[in-house]
Amino acid sequence: MEFQTAVFLFLAAILIYAALRVITARNPVTAVLHLMLAFFTTGGIWLMMQAEFLGIALIVVYVGAVMVLFLFVVMMLDPNFDQLRQGFWRYLPLGAMLGLVMVLEMGLVLGSKYFQVPLSEAVVEPGISNTRELGALLVTDYVFPFELAAVILLVGMVAAVVLTFRGGPKRSRVPNPSTQLYVKAKDRVRVLQMPVEKD
Amino acid sequence: MDALMNFGQGLFGVAWPAVWTLLKIVAIVAPLMLGLAYLTYFERKVIGYMHVRIGPNRVGPWGLLQPIADGLKLLLKEVVVPTNASKKVFIIAPMLAIAPALAAWAVIPFTDTLVLADIDASLLYILAMTSIGVYGIILSGWASNSKYAFLGAMRSAAQMISYEIAMGFALITVLMIAGSLNFIDIVNGQAEGRFADMGLGFLSWNWLPLLPMFLVYLISGTAELNRAPFDLAEGESEIVGFHVEYSGMAFALFFLAEYANMILVAALTSLLFLGGWLSPVGFLPDGILWMFAKMSFVLFLFLWFRATFPRYRYDLLMRLGWKVFLPLCFFWVIIVGAWMISPLTIWN
Repeated sequence: MEFQTAVFLFLAAILIYAALRVITARNPVTAVLHLMLAFFTTGGIWLMMQAEFLGIALIVVYVGAVMVLFLFVVMMLDPNFDQLRQGFWRYLPLGAMLGLVMVLEMGLVLGSKYFQVPLSEAVVEPGISNTRELGALLVTDYVFPFELAAVILLVGMVAAVVLTFRGGPKRSRVPNPSTQLYVKAKDRVRVLQMPVEKD
Repeated sequence: MDALMNFGQGLFGVAWPAVWTLLKIVAIVAPLMLGLAYLTYFERKVIGYMHVRIGPNRVGPWGLLQPIADGLKLLLKEVVVPTNASKKVFIIAPMLAIAPALAAWAVIPFTDTLVLADIDASLLYILAMTSIGVYGIILSGWASNSKYAFLGAMRSAAQMISYEIAMGFALITVLMIAGSLNFIDIVNGQAEGRFADMGLGFLSWNWLPLLPMFLVYLISGTAELNRAPFDLAEGESEIVGFHVEYSGMAFALFFLAEYANMILVAALTSLLFLGGWLSPVGFLPDGILWMFAKMSFVLFLFLWFRATFPRYRYDLLMRLGWKVFLPLCFFWVIIVGAWMISPLTIWN
């Protein structure tokens, strides 16, 4: 067996185990941890396919950022497991149907001619940096989708700010460090001159 | 070298490349472990002298065996697992803290040829590895089954995530002017320039044209490492940190991770802003010693900060990260971009 195949099988086994645990784990934190492991292993498999930028970006974005926030949210939750398990059989047909549609879609996409590149052509010559190629493509051929994605993210950011906005600096209770720094002792402390009291 | 390779090939056969890589990993990690043990000694001595004290001087000559004694003590202590703690996660969390700190060293070059894995996107790899370090903190706080540890974990995680962004932006300016994600290319790019031609190489390094970003990187690095004055993770005298429930070696692992990350940030600062293994002046040769000297200097800066500055307040820490550094970084990325395409550019 080739070394690469062995590594792939190793990673794939971990990936399948982690993905299964994501949907079977009772504790949501355990599920999130396994999802993290699944992303990490996927990153490893992408690295093996010589997509080092995408592989590392997957780890930076999903494991390093998105899953941290997920973990925060899940840890704050106090889920009621009995309630979560209610209606499992009722929703099973609908869920199974959706799953089937997704599998079909994936099959169609992966079976399309874009994914049928022979292995000999798929190998990248040494000396070509796929980070550089990807960057060049993003700002030339795909500049509009790229900008569109950026605008969508901006909308999300603005929405988050609007949701938590409390109405200007006057109503905000956040202390302002510069006014705090400019406080002098005489603004806060009053030194009184008093005649000595004699009995 | 060839003889050694042939000997290994004969001894291990097909497995030799794996064994050879393992040997190289040991050759990096073993000195690193020793280095971080002695970094604690260095820290205590430096801060001692800054406080007009002597520092550790009892174990061995000049107290040189102190870190060994500390390590042995921690190894012999029991690891107490709290009641109702999530045991597996409790044990895994410290490992998750230290593993990325060590894994990141795979792509750090010490000279232009001495590197374990010379990959194309090494800077990105470092970002990926350091961003995983935060899990050790969150999970340790959660798994401890203690409100204090959990609150401490939330606090530290929020701090690390906030400063990661400023750090990332500082790195973006560096890779903009270097035009590469590879450390060796980044360092070699710093060897060129008007001052380097005049024999004053240290003025051609990135710290001078990117001075604001250098400072942002250094300060965010200190915050990212949870080091003083941003050591709100373990402000012993005031607040409870994420590792209250840990003891013995599990506790020590968090500190090993912190010190390994310190050395890592020192190495990154040296590579990205201080010219790595390049010699500061023309008449001296480049070499690994310069790299170590620069790393020691940056490490000394961290210790100096700790002895000098009082601890930051948490709201000010968040304000500095989000309201000062982040806008400054956005602004500076645009400035550097404009500078690069203007006729005044110094990077061709």
